[in-house]
Formats: sequence, structure tokens, C-alpha cells
Amino acid sequence: MSKYPNLLFAGTALFAFLANPVMADKLGLGRPALPEEIAAWNLDVSPDGTGLPVGSGSVEDGEMVFSDNCASCHGEFAEGVDNWPKLAGGKDTLDRKDPVKTVGSYWPYLSTTWDYVHRSMPFGAAQTMSADDTYAIVAYILYSNDLVEDDFVLSNENFLEVEMPNADGFIVDDRETAEAAFWGEPCMENCKESVEITMHASVLDVTPDTVDDAAPAEQPAAEEVAAAEPASSEPAAEPATEPAAEPAAEPAADIDPALIAAGEKVFKKCKACHQIGEGAENKVGPELNSVIGRTAGTVEGFKYSDPMIAAGEGGLVWTDATLAEFLANPRKSMKGTKMSFSGLKKEEDQKAIAAYLGSFSN
Amino acid sequence: MSETSKNSRRSFLKGAAAAGVGAVAAATTARAQGTPDPLITEVQPWATGLGDGVDATPYGLPIEYEADVVRRNVPWLTADPISSINFTPIHALDGTITPQGCAFERHHSGAIDLRKEDYRLMINGLVDQPLVFTYEDLERFARINRVFFCECAANTGMEWAGAQLNGAQFTHGMIHNMEYSGVPLRTLLEEAGVKPEGKWVYVEGADASSNGRSIPLEKALDDVLVAFKANGEALRKEHGYPVRLVVPGWEGNMWIKWLRRIEVMEGPVESREETSKYTDTLANGTSRKWTWVMDAKSIVTSPSPQAPIKHGPGPLVITGLAWSGRGAIKRVDVSKDGGKTWETARLANPGQPMALTRFYLDTSWDGKEMLLQARAMDETGYVQPTKKMLREVRGENSVYHNNCIQTWWVKETGEAENVEVS
Ligand code: HEC
Ligand code: HEC
Repeated sequence: MSKYPNLLFAGTALFAFLANPVMADKLGLGRPALPEEIAAWNLDVSPDGTGLPVGSGSVEDGEMVFSDNCASCHGEFAEGVDNWPKLAGGKDTLDRKDPVKTVGSYWPYLSTTWDYVHRSMPFGAAQTMSADDTYAIVAYILYSNDLVEDDFVLSNENFLEVEMPNADGFIVDDRETAEAAFWGEPCMENCKESVEITMHASVLDVTPDTVDDAAPAEQPAAEEVAAAEPASSEPAAEPATEPAAEPAAEPAADIDPALIAAGEKVFKKCKACHQIGEGAENKVGPELNSVIGRTAGTVEGFKYSDPMIAAGEGGLVWTDATLAEFLANPRKSMKGTKMSFSGLKKEEDQKAIAAYLGSFSN
Repeated sequence: MSETSKNSRRSFLKGAAAAGVGAVAAATTARAQGTPDPLITEVQPWATGLGDGVDATPYGLPIEYEADVVRRNVPWLTADPISSINFTPIHALDGTITPQGCAFERHHSGAIDLRKEDYRLMINGLVDQPLVFTYEDLERFARINRVFFCECAANTGMEWAGAQLNGAQFTHGMIHNMEYSGVPLRTLLEEAGVKPEGKWVYVEGADASSNGRSIPLEKALDDVLVAFKANGEALRKEHGYPVRLVVPGWEGNMWIKWLRRIEVMEGPVESREETSKYTDTLANGTSRKWTWVMDAKSIVTSPSPQAPIKHGPGPLVITGLAWSGRGAIKRVDVSKDGGKTWETARLANPGQPMALTRFYLDTSWDGKEMLLQARAMDETGYVQPTKKMLREVRGENSVYHNNCIQTWWVKETGEAENVEVS
């Protein structure tokens, strides 16, 4: 042990002991969890494969499933679009400046990829991938990282045979020894001879000024908060997606403002992918101004799926009714659509969203 | 008026003139003597008419003049605002308790609406009896009240490579400090009965990100809380209503919101949030994992870039916050010259374990430039390091756990800027 025994827990054990009420016996509260309930929630997968369901999927199938459900954000080759996470690449970059951390270059366990994709992706439609689709997607992500061949099939049986390049790249927190010098008596006087300013934040000028400030002209590269890249000397990367344009709803006279307001709330489910209102742009999904009355698949500059274009050419126009049908279960009502959204099941939500979208028609 | 205060006021005015204070300082300097202040000599509308009746706002918000004391985000940081973060306006707060309405938010798939009626908490895995609790069940266990800080491991992460964001809110605002009411996790685990093979708990939320983390059983049985109230009222939606986990002293990502499941396990799950993220890559490419505890840290909140000195030379209160995940803050030192000399600040109250401590340095400003720094020391003897010391051990590629000493360059005008010093 270090010279700071039990540091992690020091000061808390005694405190917890003194202050917590003494609980001698069980209170008999709660009820037994049923096996079906445990099965529904106990989905996590451990590095040794515990928790993996029986199943399999090929790189080939994975390419299709990935293209349909993931590529709009993560790119056709898992290379990442705009600021959305990269899932492939970055080999041998971990000891360089600004390492690129991906499933291939960084993740120590394959179980983590399977588990995360299965439970947390696609963003906005989590828990919609079947076990076989998940095996296929994971196989495809491995392939995109040059870790398996194109005829590879991943299953619960060969899962542990896959070698992750950075499996040995981690050590357990060693701050107490590696940073032992931080413990001690601090200097109070004549601690240094001179002090010079070596860098000014104002030079970068990336601080937002007002509450609704748009992104500044120049941005340091940043992927997502957790990986918030520190300032590099030359911040040059593309802006993250601009903050969603504030919808300036002009309710049409015959529509119930309360319904529009309800629709605005429902629209939160769409915001990850769609913008609406002044200055709205195509993002993961097309911008939705004047979508009611518009022929499906016709926003300029947006790369629609083939089925969406075909539907438009076949005469599909977005009305309250067609919209409700599509939104109830997008991927069921339009096989092959790129919109990976699980659906608006409630009729009142479908009505509300139609009213809200309608309020942006001109 | 007593002789001493007259003198100090006179010297203050003289000082202000001498320093040629700029626009910032001029704004609130005392009125010239001789002209009576109409705010005093004339009857003001509020002193004759009537104010709002009760119930004007059934749930009160801060008065409109405080409208700028709000959470802010930095849009370029993330791909979209649903998996994103914003920052507590620490530059404008005092004391230690963070009001819930301006306490920072971090979501991985948005803040969800979860009614108490729809809330279920499951304990499963290596337990004698897997259990399901409703919200009402939780309220029937003996509960306790504790104040703890919650800091995102990425707080100050943007500052690793150099001074970047101009304001304490942005550099240090991924933190809040609340009084929680809740049930010790230990109580719930004992209700289910932990089997001897159980060494870890895996905790996850009800939102789409599920955001699961593994916690050693030792910590889970020590001081972790299953909390449902903060600062006396229900948790806010953005902080996990109706129930969140409180993991004292450890990184905010582990404080699972909308807590839905606790699984007792033999080993850690090694979830995405404890492998891909929240690990710390060193210069040689090796990465530290399980870096849970938040190191001792402090920040001068005023003066600071968003809270310049407006009053010119003379009496000045320098204030800020200090905290440590390893226990109580024992001492905070403040330097005005970029770390050459240090003075020990006054703690507003004795430090409490793993909670924010407010410090004050009641001083006199000579109107000259300052390079303001604060340095925290906790009860284990850990002293907050400089950025240079951190980089020497950790290299240049770290994202999380930046607890370095921060420098504000306070100019003669009273304005302040985020700088890095040698
Ligand atoms: C609408 C955009 C979007 C879609 C579609 C999407 N993702 Fe993601 N993905 C994200 C975001 C945002 C994150 C980061 C989430 C967070 O902050 O926790 C992410 C994170 C990930 C990560 C973890 C990356 C890392 O480095 O930690 C993986 C793996 C992933 N996604 C796989 C997938 C797969 C597989 C699919 C398709 C089944 C998919 N995603 C669909 C937006 C998307
Ligand atoms: C995960 C991302 C995502 C989410 C969430 C999402 N969409 Fe979409 N949406 C898309 C994509 C991508 C398309 C293009 C589909 C295609 O080409 O097949 C699309 C297409 C559409 C279209 C057709 C537009 C046109 O120009 O023809 C409508 C209407 C629509 N979405 C409405 C919604 C609404 C309303 C919501 C919320 C209830 C929503 N979407 C949620 C990604 C998303």
C-alpha cells in the first residue's frame, strides 16, 4: 500500500458509520424481482462474455445494417461524420499528440462495443437492434478497423477469440504513487523568481458572449464533451453543428396553440436529427420547414434513402395523416428509410407534432 | 461616522483617482460628496405603492435583474445539445450550496421525463433476493441528509493545453454542491442480501444512454446514497428526477441519474463510460482507468473574467471555492503574483468532507495588476498542483481530472482574463 493508506476511503468510513441510522433488520420492503423482469433489464455484457445472448452476424450483413441505422452519424465506414464520434481508425496514435480513440485503436474489450451498441445506439432509437443485428454491426465495426476479413462472422461462440489491439493498454489508477509528490507542505514565499504570462484565453476567443450566442468564428476541434479536445495552437476544425435554430412559431389561426405547444415538446424527440424554424439546416435528417404539404424526399441538398425518394416519386405528400402513419413506426411503414427513430406511438403525440410542424408552413 | 471609516473612505477615493480607473471601475464608485442622493431624498415608487401579492409566482424564480445568472453552454464543444453539457454560473454565486435551477447538466441522451409512479428500482445479481422497489418503498427506509459536490471529470478539461475559455463558469463550472436526502445504498443492498462473491455493483439509469458504471462494493457500502431530494425539494428532471445516485468525492459520470438498476457482480462491466471515456491517456499511450476520485481543487470565482472589479482600489473581497474528493478542505492559499508568494485565506466554515468550501481573502487592492491564483490543501495533505506539475506526470493528452491551479490576470481596469503563467 502507499503511504496514504486507504486514501480513497479515508475520512468517509468513520463519518458514514457515525451518521447513518442503525439498520439492524431487513424491513421487508420492495418485492421479489420476477425472472422476466430481470431478463428484460439485466442486459449488460462483461469482458468474459457473460451476458451475451446466443446469435451471430456477418460483416456483410453488418455493412447493410450499419449503413441503414448508423452511417448517417458515424459515416459509411464508421469514420465519423462532422462532430459525431469516429468508430474506426486511429491505429498507433495513442502516444502521439491528439490521439484518435476508436473501437479499434482504444477500446480494450469487444464486450463493451456489443453492449453499448445493443443498449444505447442508434442515438434516438436505442434498444431497437436485435442480437443478430448487433453481432453483424460489431463484426462490421471490426472490419472497418482492419481487425477481421470481409468474410468474418461474429457469434457468441467466437466472441472471445477476437483480439483487441489496445487490450493491454490500461493501468489501474496510480495517482497515489505516481503523483505522491503532490502531498506535502506547500511553498509560501519566494516560490519562483519570475512570473511571465505565457498564454491568453482572449487570443483564442472561443468564449460565448451571450446566452444565445452562436458558435464563434474559429473553433478548436472537439468531438464530444468527454473528449473535449484542449485548445490546439491552431484551432481550425469545422464548427460543431450550429445550435438548433430557435423555432419562431407563428401559429396559423385555426390551430389550437395548446396543441402546438404540446407538439413543441414532442419535437424534442426529433431535435437530435432535425432542425426547424428560421435558419434551419439539413442535419442528420432534412430540415422540416413547410414539411406539411411537401412531397416526400425533396429537400434540396439532403441525401435521402432510395425508399424515401421512391415514395415521393410515387406521390407521397406529407399531410397530418401520412405523417402520423410514417412517424408511428418509420422503419416499418417505410422499409429501408434512413430515419432511425423508434416511433411516436401515441395518437395525441402524432397530432401534436403535426400541428407543431404545420405552424412552420408558409 | 467614525474617524477611521472616514479616513478609509477618503483614501479610497484618492486611490481611485490615482489609479485612473477605467470604465469598469467608474460604474459604481461612490457618488461625489455634497450632492444628496435622490434614491434617499426622494420618495421612491416602491416606498409608496404596493408590490406583488402572494402567489404572484407560485414557484418563485430569481428576480429579473439576475437573469444573467444562468447555466450556459459552449455550443462548439459537442455535436448536438442532447448529448452535451452546460456550466454552473459559479462566478456569480456565493456560499456553497448550488441552487438546483442553475446547477450544471450533463446528459448522454437528453433529460427524460420519468414520473414517480413509473419509477422502478431493481437490485439483482449476486444477492440473496433480487428485489424491485417503487418510489414509495424508498421513502420508507431510514434516510439521511448530506452535502456533497458533484464534479464532472471533464471539468477544466478544455484548459489542458492552454488558457482557452474566459470565465470561471466555463473553466470550472461543471460542478455543483447540494444537500441530498436519500437512503444509503448500503441499506438497500442489505435488504437484498449481498452474497460473499459480490465484489462490485453495476449501476445504470433508465434513459436511452443507460450510462452504466461499475463501483467497488467497498465504496457502495461506505457512503453512496440513493437520493431523491436535493436542497430540500425534489430533484430536477435534468438531475435525474425522481431518483439519482450520489457517489461522494467521485467523478460525476458515476452519479447515475434516473437510477433504475443495481447489479451486484464479481467484476466490473467495463462499460463504454469506463473504457472509451473517463480514462486518462498518458504520454506513452498507456491509459489510467478507474480514476474515480476527484483530486483537491480550488478556483477564485471573484474577481474573475465574468466578475471584474468594478470599485477601484481599496477594500477587496477575493473569494472562491475549494473541494476535494479525498475528504475535507483544510486550507486554501491565495497568490496575487502568479505563485511567488501566498497568503492563507479564511474558510467561511470548516471544510466538510467531499463538499464545497467557500474561502475569502479580505484584502486591499492597490489598483495594480494581479495574477490571482488559489491553491487548495485537503485533510490528507494533498496540495493542488500547477498545470506544469500535472503535465510532467500525465503528458499533454489528458482530457479528464485537470485540477491545476488557475490564474486570472486582473488588470488595472479591474477586468480579468484567463491566462497561463510560467
Ligand atoms: C443520430 C446520430 C447517431 C446515430 C444514427 C447513431 N449514433 Fe452512435 N453515437 C452518437 C452519439 C451522439 C454518440 C455519443 C453519445 C454520448 O455522448 O454518450 C454515439 C456513440 C457511439 C459509440 C461510442 C463511441 C465512443 O467512442 O465512445 C458507438 C460504438 C456507436 N455510437 C455506435 C453506433 C451504432 C452501431 C449505430 C447504429 C446502430 C449508431 N451508433 C447510430 C450518434 C449516433
Ligand atoms: C435519429 C435521427 C432522426 C430522428 C430522431 C428523427 N428523424 Fe426524421 N428523418 C431522419 C432522416 C435521416 C430522414 C431521412 C429519411 C430517409 O431518407 O429515408 C428523416 C426524414 C423525416 C421526414 C421526411 C422529410 C422529407 O423531407 O421527406 C419527416 C417528416 C421526419 N423525418 C419527421 C421526424 C419527426 C417529426 C421526428 C420526431 C418525432 C423525427 N423525424 C425524428 C432522421 C431522424
